[in-house]
Amino acid sequence: MMTMKRLINLKRAEARRIYLTYAVVIIAYVVCQIMSSTKFFSSSMRGMLVPICAYMVMAVSLNLVVGILGELSLGHAGFMSVGAFAGVTSAILMQGTITNAPVRLALAMIIAAIFAAIAGFLIGIPVLRLKGDYLAIVTLAFGEIIKSILNNFYLGVDSQGLHFSMLSDTTRLLKGGRLIIRGPMGISGIQKIATFPAGFVLLMIALMIVFNLVNSRSGRAFMAIRDDRIAAESIGLDITKYKMMAFVMSAAIAGAAGALFAMNYSTIVANKFDFNTSILILVFVVLGGQGNMLGGIIAAAVLTILPEKLRQFSEYRMLLYAVVLIVMMLATNNAEIRAFLSGLNPFRRKEEAE
Amino acid sequence: MKKILTCAVLVLAMAASAFGAGFKIGGTGPLTGGAAIYGTAAMRGAQIAVDEINASGGEIQFELRYEDDTHDAEKAVNAYNALKDWGMQVSLGSVTSKPAEATAAENFSDRIFALTPSASSAAVTEGKDNVFQMCFVDPNQGTASAQYIASKNLAKKVAIIWKNDDVYSKGIRDTFVEKAPEVGLEVVSETTFADGNDTDFSVQLTEAKEKGAELVFLPMYYQPASLILAQAQAMGYAPKWFGVDGMDGILTMEGFDKALAEGVMLLTPFNADAKDEKTQKFVAEYQKRFGEIPNQFAADGYDCVYAYCQALAQAKATPDMDAEALCPKMIEQFTTMTFNGVTGENVKWAANGEVTKDPKGMVIKDGAYVGLD
Repeated sequence: MMTMKRLINLKRAEARRIYLTYAVVIIAYVVCQIMSSTKFFSSSMRGMLVPICAYMVMAVSLNLVVGILGELSLGHAGFMSVGAFAGVTSAILMQGTITNAPVRLALAMIIAAIFAAIAGFLIGIPVLRLKGDYLAIVTLAFGEIIKSILNNFYLGVDSQGLHFSMLSDTTRLLKGGRLIIRGPMGISGIQKIATFPAGFVLLMIALMIVFNLVNSRSGRAFMAIRDDRIAAESIGLDITKYKMMAFVMSAAIAGAAGALFAMNYSTIVANKFDFNTSILILVFVVLGGQGNMLGGIIAAAVLTILPEKLRQFSEYRMLLYAVVLIVMMLATNNAEIRAFLSGLNPFRRKEEAE
Repeated sequence: MKKILTCAVLVLAMAASAFGAGFKIGGTGPLTGGAAIYGTAAMRGAQIAVDEINASGGEIQFELRYEDDTHDAEKAVNAYNALKDWGMQVSLGSVTSKPAEATAAENFSDRIFALTPSASSAAVTEGKDNVFQMCFVDPNQGTASAQYIASKNLAKKVAIIWKNDDVYSKGIRDTFVEKAPEVGLEVVSETTFADGNDTDFSVQLTEAKEKGAELVFLPMYYQPASLILAQAQAMGYAPKWFGVDGMDGILTMEGFDKALAEGVMLLTPFNADAKDEKTQKFVAEYQKRFGEIPNQFAADGYDCVYAYCQALAQAKATPDMDAEALCPKMIEQFTTMTFNGVTGENVKWAANGEVTKDPKGMVIKDGAYVGLD
């Protein structure tokens, strides 16, 4: 009943945009599935499907904080790494008991999301008291702190249960035990259970969560805080509560994406989730348009495939990548090109006619 | 019309590559970014070997392709897939350890044989029957260094500065510390650094100095090592310095004052000063092409290609065999053959992919690597 009401209350244009996003994602998935089952897809493309899904989910997750809540977070890769390590560790621990790989993957992603949400909550307590530039800088610092902690974290398992130590390995595992997280060496020997369908399902779930949240009472509160903090406060909105809600939700989604990403490779290190990765995700969001989920998803796909397609230019690859990025940024911000693009969009045209 | 023409060209190109006489050999390595010296050196070494073998006109011919992985596991898998699309038959794995772990898993599941020039972490070959190494594994380097220091009586009190967020550094440090008491070395100071705080080493150096270390062991890559050397000189601390193969390359680093590295010792399997004909020929060619003395990575890359040449010839392999058919043949050859290259004589491989060869001690004298023995 509530959802029905909500849908009716939703502005039509907004509803169209949401359905368009779902439709594009589903069509893209079906096309990719068909292509990859034929010989038409190169192994290079096939290998990128799962990381692209993970990056898309990251873009959706960060868009919630940057686009909807209007706060700049520069440490999002930190939550991804918490999710990656928590997810992989739980997947390894479950190897003996749950033999069904998709079930194990799903459980691992849920555990990853819970751990990342806890990290998001703890970090949110100090961070969300700040605003603007200060908040951005502190999230950057926390991203680095998470990386540093994971680089000095050792976790092993043996017949006595789990053991952990910091700084150096003092877990003293019994015979037959396995050191899972090995500080700077990260985790090795991961079973690669992440699959493209799993990535698709995760992306759809992330989109549903974010769209439903954005179009709820809380979502309107987020946007009120974004547009005018003082006005929002004056009408009695609990700013910290709503900010925390968005931040924790975003961290949880990022954690699940991290677990998916990590389980696509046989090895993972904390250094992978550094400042550069945080910025890369921010670039997806900015290029796709803040608050625009579909834009972020497309940007994530394009910017992951682009450097691979530029391989033929060898040394000039990253230079060209930068040039293409600048051109794209300029082009998507150009009023004439935007008008041209929106002319191509059948939904948009009707909207203007209304 | 244009389309037809393009198609024709494509078909011709494909035909040419199919009937091309060479084995397609591919590798990934950091060709850009912080670790680029290693990737570039391995690629250049391999290229020289390929050109030499092709020029000699023997039965075995090669086509070499290297892809950039920027020292990142994700990019390395992408690069590996690009090589697979190209039709790689045997692989040179990856140059650096962590990317190599990721690509080795792909090699294993795709049944494409790999011989990595320089990825030294033990996890690269662990549990994979078709992944082999041309260099020592990290743990061996730590043990060998401790033994070498003790047997040459270089010092009794040793300080270690290591990078605690780096696989390579940690692997060597762990085994060094384990071996040190056995051979009578005392580790008096052990200090660390990490990415992000790798520019100021005054704390680490002061501690080493105060604890009276006669020798400082630096299991790390050359970049931080160059800063340590400069800062030690600035504070007037002059112990003996001992590095491992990551130190190799310090002399060709841009903007580095070679005088700082004077007297630095390092353990590496390759000595560019060696008098044997093979090494001299390789060094001369490398210098002619690239204007610098090759480091150990270049030599490893060079040896990898020659090892493949030998193995493929002995297995009577032909370029029309696919990667899956070549894989068991290569496993059989590498576990049984003995190889003589520029990084060692009587090189042998164990079934787990690890290599056995003797490390050589080197010292930097007048801005060049000189054999220590």
